[in-house]
Amino acid sequence: MARIFGIDLGTTNSLIAYMHAQTPRVIPGRNGRAMVPSVVALTDNGLLVGDPAKEYLVRDSERTVYSVKRFMGRGLADVSEELAYFPYRLTEEGGVIRIKLGEKSYSPPQISAMILKELKQRAEAQLGEEVSRVVITVPAYFNDSQRQATKDAGLIAGLEVLRIINEPTAASLAYGLQKRTQGRIAVFDLGGGTFDISILKLKDGIFEVLSTNGNTHLGGDDFDRRVADVFAKEILTRHGLDVQAHPDTMQAVRLEAERAKIRLSDEHTTAVTIDLPEGKGTFHSELTRDQLETLTKDLVEHTLKPCRLALKDAGLQAADIDEVVLVGGSTRMPLVRRCVQELFGKTPHSHLNPDEVVALGAAVQADILSGGIQDMLLLDVTPLSLGIETMGGVMSTLIRRNTTIPASAKEMFTTYVDGQTSVDIHILQGERELAKDNRSLARFQLKMPPLPAGVPRIEVTFLIDANGILNVTAQDVRTAQIQSIQVKPSYGLSDNEVERMIRESFQFAAEDLRARQLIEARTEADAILTATEKAMQQGQGLISTQETAAIRSSLAALEAARAQPDHKAIRARIAEVEKTTHHLAEVLMDHSLKEALENKKLSELT
Amino acid sequence: MDHTLHNTQTGRAELPMARSMCWHCQSEVTGEYFCDRCVKVQPLAKDSDYFTSFGLSRLLHIDLAALEAKFYELSRAFHPDFFQQKTPAEQTISLGNSALLNTAYRTLKDPIRRAEYLVQLEAGSAKDIRTSPPADLFEEILELQEDLEAHRSLPVETPSGERQRLQSKLRTQREHLEQRQVTMESDLEGLFSEWDALLGQDAPEVGMRAKKDAILKRMRDILSNRTYLRNIINDLIATAGQ
Repeated sequence: MARIFGIDLGTTNSLIAYMHAQTPRVIPGRNGRAMVPSVVALTDNGLLVGDPAKEYLVRDSERTVYSVKRFMGRGLADVSEELAYFPYRLTEEGGVIRIKLGEKSYSPPQISAMILKELKQRAEAQLGEEVSRVVITVPAYFNDSQRQATKDAGLIAGLEVLRIINEPTAASLAYGLQKRTQGRIAVFDLGGGTFDISILKLKDGIFEVLSTNGNTHLGGDDFDRRVADVFAKEILTRHGLDVQAHPDTMQAVRLEAERAKIRLSDEHTTAVTIDLPEGKGTFHSELTRDQLETLTKDLVEHTLKPCRLALKDAGLQAADIDEVVLVGGSTRMPLVRRCVQELFGKTPHSHLNPDEVVALGAAVQADILSGGIQDMLLLDVTPLSLGIETMGGVMSTLIRRNTTIPASAKEMFTTYVDGQTSVDIHILQGERELAKDNRSLARFQLKMPPLPAGVPRIEVTFLIDANGILNVTAQDVRTAQIQSIQVKPSYGLSDNEVERMIRESFQFAAEDLRARQLIEARTEADAILTATEKAMQQGQGLISTQETAAIRSSLAALEAARAQPDHKAIRARIAEVEKTTHHLAEVLMDHSLKEALENKKLSELT
Repeated sequence: MDHTLHNTQTGRAELPMARSMCWHCQSEVTGEYFCDRCVKVQPLAKDSDYFTSFGLSRLLHIDLAALEAKFYELSRAFHPDFFQQKTPAEQTISLGNSALLNTAYRTLKDPIRRAEYLVQLEAGSAKDIRTSPPADLFEEILELQEDLEAHRSLPVETPSGERQRLQSKLRTQREHLEQRQVTMESDLEGLFSEWDALLGQDAPEVGMRAKKDAILKRMRDILSNRTYLRNIINDLIATAGQ
C-alpha cells in the first residue's frame, strides 16, 4: 500500500511531510528549504512554481499569482475590497473566480493544483516513490465551498485526497504526538491569509475539538498591506512616483514590507530600501517595531472576538485552558504573542516550528489513515451551522456549528400543490437569521411523484463527512427508492469542469516538466558560473596557465549551452565544468587547510 | 446454575445490538458492533435509540464521565479514520454509525436536550411550541415586552439618562427571568429523580404507563416554558446588550 503524505497548502508557503520511524518529517527541496512559496508564474518558458516563480513577482507581476488561497471557493464579490492589491486580472465565471494569465484563464483550484504538483514531484524526487494519496490541510473556518475547492485542486493535480483536515487540529496532532499532552488546549493559528482558533480536549489519545472560530480573510498579507501603504505614500511625497501605476514596483514594495515586518520580530528598528523605476532613484526609509504595531494593532485585535466566541461555545473560561499553542508565521510577531498572552493569561508556546507544525500534523493524520498510529483519534467539528432556506427567506438550521463530524440530519419534504413534481432546495451555511445573510452553498431540485398535495414524502439526509464536506441523499419514504441528486454548487466548479481540468493538467504535464527542468538547469548553471569565477580568482597562481585555459573554455561552453533551451545539454556542460575544476577545487582546499593549520599553530604559540 | 443461565439469556435478549444477520457473511451476529465470524463492522440497529446505542437504559441522570468514556470507546470502534483501508460498504457503515453516535452523544450529554429527547421518545412530540407566556409570568412578560418595544423605538437624540434608566430596568427584568430559569431547571431536576425512581422499581407497577405519562407531561410543560423564557432572554440581550 502506497504511503499517504501530508500537505500544508498555505497562503504564503506550502509544505509536504511524511511519517518516518514514527516521527513526522517535512521534505526539503533541492535547495534544502522545506517551504515552497505558494507562487505560480506563467513565464515565456512555461509555468514556474515556488522559489523560481517568486522572482517573477517583481519582474512580471501581472502573470505571477500569489496568495491564491484567498480566492478558493469564492466569487469576485467576496474579494472586491482587495482587488486593487492584486496585480493580476481577476474575472468570474459560474460563481468561480478566474485568474487571467496571458491568453488563458485559470480557476484558483487549477493554480493550487500546480503548487500541489510541485510538492508531489519534490517528494517523489527525494524519496524515490510515487506520491498519489494525500491529506491536505485547510483553515478550520473554511466553509464547504472552500473545502470542496481544495479537494478539486487535489484531483486536478492527479492526487487522491483521502482527507481534508483542519490546520489548527493538525497542529494539535503534531504537538500531542510529541508531548503526550492531556487537558484543554487552545490552538491560535494566524497564517499568511487566515486566522483560526480551536479549543480542544486531549484525553487518552482522543483529540476532541470542542469549538472553533476564525476569519478566513485575516493574516500576514493584511499586515503587509498596511506597511506597504505607508511606504507607497512616502514614495509618492518624496520621489513623486505613484507605485499603483507600476505593478512590478508595487510588488517590490509589498515584498519589502513583508521582509521589514519579519525583521521587526527580532529587531526594534529596521532600514528599508526599494529601487524605483523611471530614474526616480532609491527609496530609503526606516520602520520601528512601535510603528508596525500601531499600524497593525486593530487587525491583531480582530483575532480576540473569535477567541472569545470559541471559548463561549466550548462552555469554558480563558482560565480553564491548560495550554496555548501558536501556529502560523504571523504568530512570530511580538504584538500577537502579547495579545494572546493577555487574553488567556498564560505564556503561549511554540516549541515546534510554527511554519512546519501543520504539515507535520497532516503527516500524523496520514499515518492514522494508513493504519500506522492506532491510539490517536481526532474528533473534529463543523465550523459553521448548516441549514436550508425556508418560507420567507429564513434559514432553518439542521446541523449547528461546532457539532462533531461526521454529522447528519434528516428532513422530510412534501408538496403544497396537487400534482407538484419538484421542490427546490437551497442549502446555506452561516449563523445569521436570514438566508440572504448566509453563505449560499448549493441548490438542488427534489423530484416528487405527481400526487395530491402533502402525500409525497421525500426524506433528505444532509451528511457532513469527516472532511467537513456536505453530502446530500434523498429517499422516497413511500417506495424506499433512493433518489440521485444533482447538487449545483453556488461557488464551485461543476464535476464536468473538474474533469476537464484534470485532463488538461495531464496534457500540460509533459510540457511543464520540460520547462521546469530547463529552468532548474539554468539556475544551477548560473550558480556554477559564479562559483567558478570566484574560485579562479582565489586560485590565481596555484594552477597552471594550461589548466586555467581549459577551465575558461569549459565555462564558455556552459554559457553557450545555457542560452539554448536544452536542459540535457546544459547539464552535460555543467558536468564538464565540474570535471575540469576538480583539480582546482582540491588545490584550493589544501591551500585553505594549510592556512588554517598555520593560523592554529600561530595561536597556539601565542 | 439454571438460574444464572436464565439471566444471561435475558441479558442477551435485551442487548440493543443483537441483530439477525451479518450483512456480509450472513451468519448470525452475536458480537456487539462487529460480526464475530467475519469481523466486519455492523450498522447500528435501525430501532436503537440514543440511550440504547450507548448501552444505557432510559434513565435521566447520567454519569457524564462514563458517558464520555463510552463515547470515546465507540468512536474508536466506528470512526471513518479507521476504515480508510476497508471496503466501500464498511466505510459507509462507519460513516453512518459515527454520525449517529455523535448526535447521540451531543443529545445525551446536555440535560435539557436529553430531557427533550426522552419526552419525544416516550410521548411522540418533543414539546409544545409556546406562543403565549406561561400563566404565572403573563403580566411580567407583557410589561417587559412593552419596555423592549420602548427601548427599540427610542429616538437617537434621547438623553442618555433616560436611555440608561430603561436599560437598567430591562437588566433587572432579565435577572429576574434568569432566576426563573434556574428554578425551572431545578424543578426539572426533581422530575429526573422521580422518573429514575419510577423506572428503577423492581416489579413493574400497576398503572406504570399513567405514572410515566404524568411525569412526562410535567417535563414537557417545563421544557416549553423554559424555551419560551430563553427566547425572551436572548431577545433582551440582543436589544439591550449584556
